[in-house]
Amino acid sequence: MSQHFPVLIVLLPLTAALLSPFFSLMHKQAGKWIAIAALFGAFLCSAGLLLQVTADGGQTIHYWMGNWMPPLGIEFVVDPINAVIVTMITFVALCTAIYSTPFLKKSNWLYMGGYYTLMALLCVGLSGMTLTGDVFNLYVYLEIASLSGYGLIALGGNKGTLAAFRYLLIGTIGASLYLLAIGFMYSMTGSLNMADLSVLLQDKMDSPLIIMALALLIAAFGIKMALFPFHGWQPDSYTYSHPGAAPLISGAMSKVPAYAMLRFFFYLFGAQHLFVQHGLTVIGILGAIGIILGSVMAIAQDDFRRMLAYSSVAQIGYIAVGLAIGSLYGLIGAILHIVNHAFMKGSLFMVIGGVQYRFGEVRISKLGQIGKKMPFTVFTLCVAALGMIGIPPTGGFFSKWYIMLGAMQTQQYIYVAVLVLSSLLNAVYFFRVLENVFINPDPGLKEINPPAGKLELPLQMLIPIIVFGIGILALGFCNEAIVDGIIKLGLPEVFLR
Amino acid sequence: MSDASTLDVINQFLATKGIYSLVLILLFLGLYGMIVSNNYMKKMMAMNVMQVAVIFFYLCFAQKEGGMIPILNGITTDPNLYINPLPHALMLTAIVVSLGTTGVAIALLMRIKETYGSVEEDDVLRRADK
Amino acid sequence: MTITDIRPFLAVGVSLLAAFLIMFSGKKPNVREFWSVAAAFIKAGLIFSMVPAVLAGNVYEYTLFQVTDTLGFTLRTDAAGMVFACVSSFLYIPVSFYAIGYMRGHHEKEQTGFYAAFAVCLSAAIGIALSANLLTFFIFYELLTIATWPLVFHERNEEARFSGRKYLIYTLVSGQLMLAGIVAVYVMAGTLEFQAGGFLTIDMAPKWVLQMLFFLMVLGGAVKAGVMPLHGWLPSAMVAPTPVSALLHAVAVVKAGAFCVLRLIGFVFGPQLLSQIGAATVLAWFAAFTIIASSLIAMKQDNLKRRLAFSTVGQLSYVVLGAALLAPLSILGAYYHIVAHALMKITLFMCAAAIIVTAHKDNISDMHGIGRKMPITMACFTIASLGIAGMPFIIGFISKWNLALGALQVSQPFYIAILICSALLSLSYLMPVAYLAFFKPNTKGEFQTYGEANKFMLIPICVTAALSVILGIMPNFGPHLYDLASMAAQSITQGWIGGGW
Repeated sequence: MSQHFPVLIVLLPLTAALLSPFFSLMHKQAGKWIAIAALFGAFLCSAGLLLQVTADGGQTIHYWMGNWMPPLGIEFVVDPINAVIVTMITFVALCTAIYSTPFLKKSNWLYMGGYYTLMALLCVGLSGMTLTGDVFNLYVYLEIASLSGYGLIALGGNKGTLAAFRYLLIGTIGASLYLLAIGFMYSMTGSLNMADLSVLLQDKMDSPLIIMALALLIAAFGIKMALFPFHGWQPDSYTYSHPGAAPLISGAMSKVPAYAMLRFFFYLFGAQHLFVQHGLTVIGILGAIGIILGSVMAIAQDDFRRMLAYSSVAQIGYIAVGLAIGSLYGLIGAILHIVNHAFMKGSLFMVIGGVQYRFGEVRISKLGQIGKKMPFTVFTLCVAALGMIGIPPTGGFFSKWYIMLGAMQTQQYIYVAVLVLSSLLNAVYFFRVLENVFINPDPGLKEINPPAGKLELPLQMLIPIIVFGIGILALGFCNEAIVDGIIKLGLPEVFLR
Repeated sequence: MSDASTLDVINQFLATKGIYSLVLILLFLGLYGMIVSNNYMKKMMAMNVMQVAVIFFYLCFAQKEGGMIPILNGITTDPNLYINPLPHALMLTAIVVSLGTTGVAIALLMRIKETYGSVEEDDVLRRADK
Repeated sequence: MTITDIRPFLAVGVSLLAAFLIMFSGKKPNVREFWSVAAAFIKAGLIFSMVPAVLAGNVYEYTLFQVTDTLGFTLRTDAAGMVFACVSSFLYIPVSFYAIGYMRGHHEKEQTGFYAAFAVCLSAAIGIALSANLLTFFIFYELLTIATWPLVFHERNEEARFSGRKYLIYTLVSGQLMLAGIVAVYVMAGTLEFQAGGFLTIDMAPKWVLQMLFFLMVLGGAVKAGVMPLHGWLPSAMVAPTPVSALLHAVAVVKAGAFCVLRLIGFVFGPQLLSQIGAATVLAWFAAFTIIASSLIAMKQDNLKRRLAFSTVGQLSYVVLGAALLAPLSILGAYYHIVAHALMKITLFMCAAAIIVTAHKDNISDMHGIGRKMPITMACFTIASLGIAGMPFIIGFISKWNLALGALQVSQPFYIAILICSALLSLSYLMPVAYLAFFKPNTKGEFQTYGEANKFMLIPICVTAALSVILGIMPNFGPHLYDLASMAAQSITQGWIGGGW
């Protein structure tokens, strides 16, 4: 059983996704529960996988689909790093699935079944992208994730439909460019298996085709992870996506391409090659510009979700900068930030989703004294905001710390300056939110979903919110365990810059 | 003399890279159409053109002079005489994916048409801002 | 000898726990305030129970967990940290009683948040005092920054919002620059563990890099300590309730800033390196300038709290000056001045607040004759004022005497002139208040309706005033703070020969 964990992570939600509409037809709640159960199963499998892979000193687990041996067959490769990322994805997906139940209370069976199908499929796509060891397989999972993502964004209403369509156009360009890039690599080597490719490519790394492939990959993943200047689709998509699904979309969907980028640059090509280093420098510059620009744009927003979306552009920049630094600490910081940011951004979207659910309000200026009515939500808001700024001891501080350490060690001082500046800009817009919450007078919001009992929100929403709030703190306190126990085991030191 | 050599160069180019140039032109046509056209439907069709260009790219580099279709026919088992079937198989998948994408795009487009009464980008954006 | 003992963490944790409990007992004021007071007593008890062993030369140390892959989340009770920890944990007791009296007397809103933030501040202060490495220190330092912010905007009006912003801008900017400095130090030295005499050496980097690094990091401390020209947030933060001002100015925040400067000079850079790169001299100039300029500004203030705030700015620079002079006695003076100033300034602020709550008077010009109605309060005020000026037999004298001797040790008599000048100036801005209160007749016919402040407020005032006299006569009374301070100063300077003494 436990040797099948890698495939079960993908298989369980996939099955549930297909079954969900039919179960919903039989009983409205059944489709929901089967999806949640499958996501829970996937989470258990990924946690088990994480334990397995870290137990024996970071030995990589290879799972051959249908027992076909790679490079002919498709394999799932599990190392400590993608195990932790897939655990993060399934956990966020599970929490989001539970969190979104109150939003669907009044919907019919089709909507309900369809929603959970998309949700489970998104989880399938993201986990598959993370786990797979085959570049074409990655494309398929990328499209699964994207298509279900378009669906979830479109469920957010009329503006959501428009945002989804525009994202679809841009996202398809990204996917096509990715396909083109692996076409180049395949035509050079005749292999699609990542491990095989990395061996075969090593003596071809000065070929001009590699430059082409690198440029295409940067553009493709840049689009998918909303790296500046490819971030145009993101603010609308995050803002108008279904409020229940927003935590997963914002938390995980743009992080996985970032991880895939890491995988291509450091495992497949190897950062010791000149062209790859140039590519990393480009990523770093784009990331740095994105950090500043995203933060500045975020300051200008009044819609909380839009502010968060722009802040995501900035935070993706952190990850890009971490990759670009290319040293051990830079990568540690980038990977840690992938996990941290998923929790922070996810919890912030949960918070605003909660406010939207209860009051139908998303504007920052209308949040005055909301802590009186929703103390736990505001607790999570505070923790997450401090995390985004990078105040210790939240998780956000430590990813920043490692990235800074990496930048300082490799004498790329410009990144240190960018990080300092970005923390301050982050402070401007997050403290503005906190200031509004604590100081502004009560704007007298109308309750559209008044709480039934003593709780501020339905329990299904409140528990994920609190769990995420505590999770951000826990990630801060336990970062040593993650860094030493997981990330360092999986980092390929030979391929560092 | 010089004419002949120029012709040689052109022939050489067409023989080795000509088809890729066409694919590239097709790709950029698609991209260009997506960027400049104002109509969402046209944008979507341009997107399909772009996807087809990528598919052609795979099919082109899978070509081999004198290669047979990859079916075991009793004549030979020498792999060098067969065409590599893998790119074609991959492209089957890619076609399915692009079909799915187009399906989702059309569904979204119908919703946009229903909501905003138009699929012209500037109309839609103007009405969305209201 | 190093003893592994979790008590330092308990001392930090007890008020964090209290903050948590306070948040959940907002509906029952008595329970809530019981947590606050109980935490204060337990915390002080824990800290004081560690004093004897520290005096005997032992060190309690505990690593709770690894905070990053190479650094531990470690607290250690060295002599320097114990001085600050003793002061802040002890003064937490009177302030928490006093806060009850003030908040109830003034009918403040949002009291639950106030007490919780207050408790977190104290935790952070103890954490700052006992941190064993720079990263742990920074974590508590930022925690203090954040926890103080709700106290500053407590009034929740436009003015409070503005001062809250000002406070955050000053502290967050300097904090982030300090973080960059910390990372650079770590990359350079490979460690962040505090070490008496400093762990950086001149051969680790070019001179200008070290100088820049020093200013980058000292900035973080100097902002909180209100060294001019970085003092702008401090007078604005006066809109906060007065127990907060008392806490801000006397116990936690500004002291944490001054302590940060002391830590950086004594335990990161070390006097030897600083005298080689000459950076401390510049800091000393800034401190000297602040001492004089702030006194001059203080004279012009009519609002009593603002006057005291500028006095704080000046007095804190004594500590910074003492550290920057790099002499054993001046460092001793600096550590002891943390104690001295804490006791005196907390007395002054509590007196000011007692006047506000009882007589509703903010401005000095309205206080004619108030000493006849509130004799005890004003007597304490006078004692503390004299102490600030450096009158013998009051605690302020001891620290200033050592500072002056330290200036002589490094043959810089110029700074003695500064000290004397400042003493006279502080007499000239504090004594008039006492004079007005006692000797000017009450012309407006007010002050009929009230008498002395209520007991919750009066007793803490008397305790701190009495202590500043007792410690002025017997500097080693109680937890031997003078010995601790001199141990700290010796440990910093002992490895350095050739400093000119």
